[in-house]
Amino acid sequence: MPTVHDWINNPLAVVDGLFAQSNSSPDWEKKVVEYFKEKLKLNDAHTWVPSLNDVPLYYLKPNSLVKFRCMVQDMFDPEFFMGVYETNDLTSNSKVKCGKYKDITVGGQVDFNSRNTVTSERQTFYCVPIPGESQWAKEISFICQARVVPSTSYVPNRHKRSYEEDDEMDTQPQHSAESHGNTEPKRQETEAPSHDSSSAHCTSSLDLNFPLPGEKGPACLVKVYEDWDGFKLNDMLEVFGILSVDPALSVIADEREASSLLDPTEVTETVEEQRVHSPPPSLVPRLHMLYAQPLVHNNPLLPSSAPENNVHESSLATYTDVLGELASVRAELHTYLTHVLMGDSLAAEYLILHLISNVYSRRDVLPLGKFTLNLSGCPHSSPYTEHLYKVIQQLVPSSYRLCMSLHNMNNQRMVPRKDYTANRLVSGTLQLANNTSLFLDETQLEQGQLDATGVRNITALGNLISWQKVDYDFNYHQMEFPCNINVLITSEGRSLLPSDSQVNLRPTLNPPNLEEYLSAVQVAQVPSQFNKYRIYLSGARALNYTISDEITKAVEEDFVEMRKDDPQSMSAEDLHRLLVVARLLSLSHGQNTLSRDGWMKAKQLEALRISRTQQQKSLSGNEP
Amino acid sequence: MFSPSSQSRKRDPPTPASEDPLSPPSQRSRAHDTSTELQPMPTSPAMDTAAQDVSLFSSPMAPRSVLQSEVDASSPLMYGTPSSRVEGTPRSGIRGTPARQRADLGSVRKAPQVDMHSEPSFDFCEQGAGQRLVIWGTDVNVGTCKEKFQRFLQQFTAPNSREEENAGLDLNEPLYMQKLDEISVVGEPVLNVNCSHIQTFDADLYRQLICYPQEVIPTFDMAVNELFFDRLPDSVLEHQIQVRPYSALKTRNMRALNPEDIDQLITISGMVIRTSQLIPEMQEAFFRCQVCVFNTRVEVDRGRIAEPAVCRNCNTTHSMALVHNRSAFSDKQMIKLQESPEDMPAGQTPHTTVVYAHNDLVDKVQPGDRINITGIYRAAPMRLNPRQSQVKSVYKTHIDVIHFRKTDEKRLHGLDEDGEQKLFTKERVAMLKELAAKPDVYERLSSALAPSIYEHEDIKKGILLQLFGGTRKDFTQTGRGNFRAEINILLCGDPGTSKSQLLQYVYNLVPRGQYTSGKGSSAVGLTAYVMKDPETRQLVLQTGALVLSDNGICCIDEFDKMSDNTRSVLHEVMEQQTLSIAKAGIICQLNARTSVLAAANPVESQWNPKKTTIENIQLPHTLLSRFDLIFLMLDPQDEAYDRRLAHHLVALYYQSEEQIEEEHLDMAVLKDYIAFARTSVHPRLSEEASQALIEAYVDMRKIGSGRGMVSAYPRQLESLIRLAEAHAKVRFSSKVESIDVEEAKRLHREALKQSATDPRTGFVDISILTTGMSATARKRKEEVAQALKKLIQSKGKTPAMKYQQLFDDLRGQSEAAITKDMFDEALRALADEDYLTVTGKTVRLL
Repeated sequence: MPTVHDWINNPLAVVDGLFAQSNSSPDWEKKVVEYFKEKLKLNDAHTWVPSLNDVPLYYLKPNSLVKFRCMVQDMFDPEFFMGVYETNDLTSNSKVKCGKYKDITVGGQVDFNSRNTVTSERQTFYCVPIPGESQWAKEISFICQARVVPSTSYVPNRHKRSYEEDDEMDTQPQHSAESHGNTEPKRQETEAPSHDSSSAHCTSSLDLNFPLPGEKGPACLVKVYEDWDGFKLNDMLEVFGILSVDPALSVIADEREASSLLDPTEVTETVEEQRVHSPPPSLVPRLHMLYAQPLVHNNPLLPSSAPENNVHESSLATYTDVLGELASVRAELHTYLTHVLMGDSLAAEYLILHLISNVYSRRDVLPLGKFTLNLSGCPHSSPYTEHLYKVIQQLVPSSYRLCMSLHNMNNQRMVPRKDYTANRLVSGTLQLANNTSLFLDETQLEQGQLDATGVRNITALGNLISWQKVDYDFNYHQMEFPCNINVLITSEGRSLLPSDSQVNLRPTLNPPNLEEYLSAVQVAQVPSQFNKYRIYLSGARALNYTISDEITKAVEEDFVEMRKDDPQSMSAEDLHRLLVVARLLSLSHGQNTLSRDGWMKAKQLEALRISRTQQQKSLSGNEP
Repeated sequence: MFSPSSQSRKRDPPTPASEDPLSPPSQRSRAHDTSTELQPMPTSPAMDTAAQDVSLFSSPMAPRSVLQSEVDASSPLMYGTPSSRVEGTPRSGIRGTPARQRADLGSVRKAPQVDMHSEPSFDFCEQGAGQRLVIWGTDVNVGTCKEKFQRFLQQFTAPNSREEENAGLDLNEPLYMQKLDEISVVGEPVLNVNCSHIQTFDADLYRQLICYPQEVIPTFDMAVNELFFDRLPDSVLEHQIQVRPYSALKTRNMRALNPEDIDQLITISGMVIRTSQLIPEMQEAFFRCQVCVFNTRVEVDRGRIAEPAVCRNCNTTHSMALVHNRSAFSDKQMIKLQESPEDMPAGQTPHTTVVYAHNDLVDKVQPGDRINITGIYRAAPMRLNPRQSQVKSVYKTHIDVIHFRKTDEKRLHGLDEDGEQKLFTKERVAMLKELAAKPDVYERLSSALAPSIYEHEDIKKGILLQLFGGTRKDFTQTGRGNFRAEINILLCGDPGTSKSQLLQYVYNLVPRGQYTSGKGSSAVGLTAYVMKDPETRQLVLQTGALVLSDNGICCIDEFDKMSDNTRSVLHEVMEQQTLSIAKAGIICQLNARTSVLAAANPVESQWNPKKTTIENIQLPHTLLSRFDLIFLMLDPQDEAYDRRLAHHLVALYYQSEEQIEEEHLDMAVLKDYIAFARTSVHPRLSEEASQALIEAYVDMRKIGSGRGMVSAYPRQLESLIRLAEAHAKVRFSSKVESIDVEEAKRLHREALKQSATDPRTGFVDISILTTGMSATARKRKEEVAQALKKLIQSKGKTPAMKYQQLFDDLRGQSEAAITKDMFDEALRALADEDYLTVTGKTVRLL
């Protein structure tokens, strides 16, 4: 195994090898990337690479190849590093070395004035695991890694060391597999599992800056060497890179007195800034990116953008299956959701449309394809919404339930804000990756006063829904980040937030025990059934869609006709909505184009919905 | 420390800056003992070599000073004009004026320099080593360089200069000589030099300045001082003149900085986000022997002081003690600069850079300021741990500032066309001009505006003209102050007619746009408020949306929902273009030259065609009359329109991106077009256009006069002029011609037709907007009042009567329906005539 997987266990040897061969011609950098890309392409090779998402950091070998599925949370300033440098040791033999993919120089004194020195530039991204990723998505995507873990042998009786002890410990016998000829300090597993008390001093106050409260997982500083302009904030990536956890990287406060001896320029950073930009690598490892694949979605059951990648055959088979029997899967899902929504088949229909909606394009400021659904008529302060959220969580790869309680609205930070002291973007609940389902639970809202934060939060939610953008707060100015988040609002009456479509829930069943009923509905579904639903939802969203000229004409006629009867009943806005519904309805049936039939169905659906809301209006009478 | 080769070369005068062999980029091979690189120097080289070195480099005219050994000899600024620390005596002339250390150039002068990979190639010994000596590692020959710069100062004229700094100077005379004269008058020994001037004068000198600022700027200093004291030998200055170049064209954007820029002169723009406290940086340490009181000075090397271990006088070991009071310090301040939001690609976070300000540049900027800085880009390696030899393979970068220029400062005083001018490439300008030459450019641009919003052609045209704005005119001298050049537009109409979308679009289109909603904004949020800074406990003026959108557009949604209090602040802004603030001890007037684009919904949620605009939106007419154009966005109920609308919307949903782009100009072009027109086109009225305007105005007045109404006021004439100018700007024309006037008239008429038509008569009646009531309404009011009077008179001598009864009587008598409001109004009118009084439910005759 070690011989075959040298490029996984010791990628730096490969890099150094290629560098040595190159004779300082600059194209070696391309060769390195090519080499790893090739290796990863080989059948299933990428599944051998351990994933930082599920393998605990202390099981991973330093300087080995790992992968990490993450979202770009923040972008730090670019940094200059020694791409190539020359060292002198005591025997004054100078050696030219490559500094790419490394944090620290190795061996001897660095000759700063060497003519061989090449300064290069790289960019650092702060990456966090995809926020709100559902449990099932994690389970499926990382299941294949299980067999890799033993190979990165964790030897349980090794010493657990902290950084302070490290200097003296260098002489410790090292793991033979990883020695590769130079004097690079081979420290690993320095920060042992969390019960190790020595790690306490750095864990104490380090905030890993996850967008959602209560998230777990490793955050990572990803060093990007090329094309960093191609990445955007909140992009989902699968990064293949070299893990670097050298404990010397962390700058800890008690080193302060030592640093005062250094150049005064080094004292430019505040303590907060240092903590954020050089956190202990045991908590925030560095990852030197060799290659990154942007993810269009994070559903592990579907092939990602490049086919044959990252999906095992079995599920690929299911994928094609599902697409084949789309109609039946849709019918099953519809029945299931109808049950969950207590017998309301119209709401279930709209819920499906909502779940496959997607901002597919923007016309100047107008996002097209968004479909925010407001499920009104949910019982106030009952566990129903929570159960409903659990059902949705089961279906979509990432989601978040935001209880709009007064306390949450007034206290939660939703909009990311730039913290200039620490020089980072402090995340907020609304910093979410594309196609995350945001479940706003308005039934939790009680009477009371919103303070300034609350008002800002409500405005931010309103903007998110209407324009699919979040204005990040940069203190001196705001910056607009477009997003693509599916928002579902559950409320008692009409929601106070805008929505594209409001469906009033009308239960036909009234089970005596809600919880029992709902769990019974869930148990009735086989797990493989769930997988089908998941594939269906993600797959339908990705389909292409067009409207033929003929249908365009028909739609126009229809619109004019409708306006003739009653101009009030059909405004431009209604047409907008109708077009979106028609689009989603066609997609949900796996059709790539709008048919006359589909248009009629969409119209019927809308008519049904509107009649229901109007009834509701006359019943309750408190609508404006 | 010094390599033999450089040592030998140094013996040839004059190479003043060559004491510092480590500073130049290290492309040249050198045999170095690199182990000393990061450690403190074993001994201070300054002590012995300095005196000797200085004598070698001193320019002929500067005799050696006794105190030379105290001078920072290895500073690149030590070019033979030794600083005399003789205090108290009056001094003049170059030798009397102390040189001031330039920490901006020298603070990390000895730090190992990052190797530069691509350096401009230079011919080292083009004309033979004997004739042309250059500063080590560069191609700079001090003598030639100095001479060139002096020639530049003496000869350069900038006849077309429009910079504010040059105001009051004779542009046909050598510019910088006048500035030198200014220095002698003002006494501020700083000469700011625009790099682009140098470039036009001598491209080679410019290249040298950009590539080797550390060597070239001291040479410039030397040149300027010689020149200055030659001309004005009797001047007294605080210290020698320092040259501060600005506007280097090397780099404009923080994002574009790369390793090749290290140690070069760069200019970048950005926003200050944080400033540190003042850091006193020791330049020179003063040691005194505890035994024999022998004094010695040690210069600080890379932030470290090599403490002398042995007293040179009495040879006692470890007897030297640092005397803080007599050490020399310089001021230093760390400033964090963030990329300006305009420079950023979408979806990325802004970059930041560390900037160091030295000496008098400290505390020149505050967080929040937009500045352009010119400085030298530096990089220094980072050490992990002083005990280890390992180095983090990352460099720390920062910029040593030489020159600050605030970009927003001038906005307080006047126009800043120059600072805001976006740099357009020649091709771009050619492309824009080509576009402007097309006959249908106006239509094209207006259809490019918010293509997702259907039709409303005239509204889009109005907004387009608003984006361009009129020409600024200044009548301050005749006492009228500035004329408003901004065009204000109000959109009113049914809800759901994409007014908000239009506003959002405009807000996204203009660089300095603000978007607020009437419901959520308070008067304070729009204007400015005073708050206490939590840190400094100082009162700080925070500006609101209107001030922030100075020179931009302020989009106000739900204008009607605004409280009266808030709306009242708009009165001043919309006509005088200023904001007066008097609160918490701060009284000031801020500029708010903003165009207002407002949207209002009708009070009854649906537009009532039977009512006038004022009645529909319930806004005070004083405010309405300040809008140049008021448009109604109604849902037209017409089949053809519906069909086109449906087609448009369906197309929106299925057309691919490419198709859309083919049809419309993209937003970036539109943005550039507007920016270019705003900065470089300033149309003036032509004779023929003025005639046309006069005629138009007279015509407008005439329409009304026939029916006893006034249908135009001077305000409308001003609106017409602005619109005509904006239209000329759209055509990139420097003259307003009659076609511009025609379009302005047409648009104005369209807007009036929509908003100022009297629903009762169907005539356009400007008084609806200017007085809040149409002439017919006023006439009718009078009629009712007269009828009421007659009624009362007919009742004979009854001193008092019941209110309700009177109302019923009047209603019974009149043919037209009389509402309670009308009745009340009539009563009030009669009360004004002192004919009767109304007390409670009774009406008394007087």
